[in-house]
Amino acid sequence: MQLIECPWCGPREEVEFSYGGQAHVPYPESPAELDDEQWAHYVFFRDNTRGTLAERWNHGAGCRRWFNAMRDTVSYRFSAVYRTAEPMPASVPLTGAGSSSASATTSTTTSTTTTGR
Amino acid sequence: MADTPTPSVAPSAPTLRRSHPLASREEDLRALTGGSVGVRPHLAMAVVRAAVPGPAARAAEDVLGTALPTRPNTWAPAAPGGGGEPGAVVWLGPDEWLVLADEPRPEALEERLRAALVPVGGSAVDVSAQRMSLRLRGAHARDVLAAGCAVDTHPAVFGAGTSAQTLLGQAGVVLLSRSDAGDDYEVLVRSSFARYLADWLLDAFVEHRGAEAPRDPAPDPVRPTTGGATP
Ligand SMILES: [Zn+2]
Repeated sequence: MQLIECPWCGPREEVEFSYGGQAHVPYPESPAELDDEQWAHYVFFRDNTRGTLAERWNHGAGCRRWFNAMRDTVSYRFSAVYRTAEPMPASVPLTGAGSSSASATTSTTTSTTTTGR
Repeated sequence: MADTPTPSVAPSAPTLRRSHPLASREEDLRALTGGSVGVRPHLAMAVVRAAVPGPAARAAEDVLGTALPTRPNTWAPAAPGGGGEPGAVVWLGPDEWLVLADEPRPEALEERLRAALVPVGGSAVDVSAQRMSLRLRGAHARDVLAAGCAVDTHPAVFGAGTSAQTLLGQAGVVLLSRSDAGDDYEVLVRSSFARYLADWLLDAFVEHRGAEAPRDPAPDPVRPTTGGATP
């Protein structure tokens, strides 16, 4: 089973965690001015990255804290975990076997999809 | 209905008997694990929330007689509450702790902590009935845990004073290590999962049953036979 490293508790089995979707989706600055389509973009639309994506995870069976993680959506490999107050790591060095091919994927998929932000 | 007068005093006043979720398993646990798994019922527990460092954390530390452990996966012994065994303060999160105390009246723990914490912005909530405490002791305690827990419990990394919130036999537990020899653990499990986990522990113990006592020596092929001709 894959181990996920909680920024508080350390490495634990993945069944202790739950997925919380894409990270760093900011709440609209002036929500009253949003039309239905813009709301739909905020609520439902997310990047569909092939490669490294910043995601929210919750350590439900452990410390029950939310944290952020950089995960490769192809290989499932986690390259970084960081607490919610910490900034997203700028460059993510991937470790482990097959890192050269994985990092090549990462560099080409820096997502710029607009999601109504 | 109206014509039958209700007696002012019941013939025998019903008495409330204090029980706990593992009352039906205590005997089995004692008999089938040779006393290696014990139940600690009616332990007082409270969840403390406070910012560290801060006045609320200091207030909690005054009541508990110990510093709040700030390192994840650790616990610290606390001053005894009602004169029983020493209590414990367990790290649950960066601003959250579980306090265990041996109190004759579990609510007293919350009352003492609340009085000190609430005026300075902290909180304390009685969770005594939320979890049951099981104590695992003996040379096979680690093996039994390993049957259903992925956390590394080797004494080198999980000695006395360390803890983990994790899964044991798929049930959520708070696990405390009480020894540097890997032979003394406390398992805190939610009351509704307590009977399930007790049964799981009994099952995990089967292969170690009787192993504490010295086994019959296996026939040794190289040992010379006493008083007989060598084959
Ligand atoms: Zn955690």
